[in-house]
Amino acid sequence: MSNSVEVSGSLRNRLVLTLIGGAAVLAMLLFFAVRSYAVQVAQQGQDSILEASVASMLDAATIRDGAVELDLPYSAFSMLSTSADDRVFYAIYQDGTFLSGYEDLAYSEGQPFETQLMRGSDVRTVSASRTMIGADLRTDIQIVLAQTQDALSETLDQISRNVALFGIGFFALAAALSFWATSATIGQLDKLTISVTRRGPQDLSPFAKPVPQEMAPLVKSLNSLMGRLDQSLSQSEDFIAEAAHRVRTPLATVRSYAEATLQRVDKEENREAMRSMVKAIDESSRAAGQLLDHAMTTFRADHLERDDIDLVELVAELVQRLTPIVDMKDLTLTQNGDGQVPYAGDPILIQSAVRNLIDNSMKYSPVESAITITVAADPAPRITVCDQGPGFPSNEIETLTARFQRGANAATTIGSGLGLTIAQDVALAHGGALHLTNQPEGGACVTLSFSH
Amino acid sequence: MRYTLVLALISLSAAAGAQEWEDRQLFNEGGGDSALRIISSTDTNLFAPLIETFVTRNPDVAVEYLVTGTADIDRRFRASPGDFDIAISSAMDLQLKLANDGFALPLEDIEHPAWAEWRKSLFAFTSEPAAIVVNREAFDGHPIPQSRQELIEALRARPEIFHDRIGTYDVRRSGLGYLFATQDARASETFWRLMEVMGALDARLYSSSSQMIEDLSNGTIIVAYNVLGSYAEPRAARDDVLEIVLPSDFPTTMMRTALVSQETTQAGAAEAFIQFLVSYQWEDDGEARTLPPLSEEDAIERATIGLEPALLAFLDTLKRDKFLTEWENALIQD
Ligand SMILES: Nc1ncnc2c1ncn2[C@@H]1O[C@H](COP(=O)(O)OP(=O)(O)OP(=O)(O)O)[C@@H](O)[C@H]1O
Ligand SMILES: [Mg+2]
Repeated sequence: MSNSVEVSGSLRNRLVLTLIGGAAVLAMLLFFAVRSYAVQVAQQGQDSILEASVASMLDAATIRDGAVELDLPYSAFSMLSTSADDRVFYAIYQDGTFLSGYEDLAYSEGQPFETQLMRGSDVRTVSASRTMIGADLRTDIQIVLAQTQDALSETLDQISRNVALFGIGFFALAAALSFWATSATIGQLDKLTISVTRRGPQDLSPFAKPVPQEMAPLVKSLNSLMGRLDQSLSQSEDFIAEAAHRVRTPLATVRSYAEATLQRVDKEENREAMRSMVKAIDESSRAAGQLLDHAMTTFRADHLERDDIDLVELVAELVQRLTPIVDMKDLTLTQNGDGQVPYAGDPILIQSAVRNLIDNSMKYSPVESAITITVAADPAPRITVCDQGPGFPSNEIETLTARFQRGANAATTIGSGLGLTIAQDVALAHGGALHLTNQPEGGACVTLSFSH
Repeated sequence: MRYTLVLALISLSAAAGAQEWEDRQLFNEGGGDSALRIISSTDTNLFAPLIETFVTRNPDVAVEYLVTGTADIDRRFRASPGDFDIAISSAMDLQLKLANDGFALPLEDIEHPAWAEWRKSLFAFTSEPAAIVVNREAFDGHPIPQSRQELIEALRARPEIFHDRIGTYDVRRSGLGYLFATQDARASETFWRLMEVMGALDARLYSSSSQMIEDLSNGTIIVAYNVLGSYAEPRAARDDVLEIVLPSDFPTTMMRTALVSQETTQAGAAEAFIQFLVSYQWEDDGEARTLPPLSEEDAIERATIGLEPALLAFLDTLKRDKFLTEWENALIQD
């Protein structure tokens, strides 16, 4: 099973980018909207001053002795003073004829306000006229007034700077908020991940803690997936137990019939055949038992569940259970080593492994020999089973732990070649190893070691 | 090539226009490739110390100083702005109009208070009030008038003494005279009454302050109205009978201004000169000067004419014609 997951994109990045991007666009919009509004307001300000100025100029026109007189008011120009010392131009026309001022400034009939280029700078112009009616005279006075826009652009620059600062501030705040919102949202997912990771391997119960509404469908499907998994797992456990039962029981029956028949058969060659039959049945029964044990080991190793146990106590219990059988075979089984070796592991698996090792020593040792079990805590928790038999065939010692692999010395012994495989699987499942050695003074030694 | 041409042009125009100038002087001759040409309305004797200080500090700059009347400066400068590097004039309105019309080169690097500059192109460097200068002997036993109103009363009281012996600017010929007159007229009606009284007494008309002061000291006239106090002071110091009166009702104060021609070929030297001018004439440096320094106090307390576009109003031809007609009606009553 591979632990890596195909990753495409990041929710966090996408969220942050969307929110920050949105904030940036908003900040820009804000900037341009306020700026264009400011331009409008500032222009209106200049326009209204120009308008007032030109109105007071027109107001000063009088008809005297049948001729138009225009005494430009000083104030009309005073009011055009600006902080940037803007230049001022004007032109006065009577019925289209130039009277005074700047002749290059043309009167515009339709549009009162215009922005145009004059003598190298942008000027805002206002055109206004007044009809004068005298005794026998009707005439139009037209005035164009122009002013450069230096003060206006200074004001606009200042406004732009302020608005830009405001926009940047708005953006920074929105960015900070979006980071916060994103991590708060992703935090919920992280929380769920942690609670999934923290679960024991056998814990397939549904999640009970409340989750945000948007995550409810995900948690719901997770719960239903785990429910189905739980169900199929218990089904396969049941299946293994069921299979063991179904194979062993009929074999036991067949064996008891064969034993009974053997008692009644007298002819030596028939008895021989019956004995071979019993041996074959034993062989099958052993194989079935070991196969199921192996299947159980594999299953439990895949879903390893660790309990706090004392290895010394566990071995002692096993030794006690096996003593009658050992005695029957005229062997001695002794346990020594540390007084207590606490370890977190699966007791059923460890017992199964140790049982297989003792089983081997019993099978391959001569009568009246001793089997020693040593349990030690240092450097790592380990259980060593040694006997006084012939030891492992030294040329096969490397391969004996493989499945169905039996040694040359095992030809006459009933077995399936799975014992050491089971012991090794148990060791590996607990992060340890299985070590086969031959003692110099004779006898095999197998060490089952665990990691912390 | 171009350099020779410029030289040739300068010598040509100098030769052609030699008699057209009131005065013409070259400072630090041979100090530079070509001289910095300053067209000015300020008398050479008042301005020379400044130029001399400038050329000692800038030995590689030669200065040609050309003196003419304020109205003439405006006319010549407009006609050929490339002929001059700097224009200095006491007619603030004409100078402001030159700058407004784009004849002045903006000098962004010059630090000067806002009230004393316009568009970084026109720089004020003196504060000079318009004064009434009287011959004390003529007022023997009579109080010396301290305001326009008192002057009107004094003139009316003894017309036989003052007939043909008072002087003022001919505003038609002098730009500064026109500036003072229009500002006076703007401030109070007293001005027109004074003009009428002066007209009735056949006042003499002058086109410059120095001529008026000359006639005052030689006794041709005994009262001069709207004379530059700065010109009268050295004479009053020598000549005990002259008294300078700053009208207590509203003293009109003018600021002399300088601008660099937009078409100058010596922008660097011209800017250095303006920089020198404004710092030399700054009131706080305590130097002894021939021209009154720029005074912030004057600008605030006295009615100093402001550098603002309103100065353009009286330069409008219609308005000017109307003003001159009224002035002629008041002053020239034959
Ligand atoms: N204590 C021992 N002394 C000598 N040889 C041993 C010992 N234990 C195991 N072996 C050798 O290793 C082989 C593999 O042992 P393993 O326990 O896997 O199989 P088995 O004992 O033959 O069958 P079973 O699956 O029934 O245990 C044995 O066939 C035997 O040759
Ligand atoms: Mg075995």
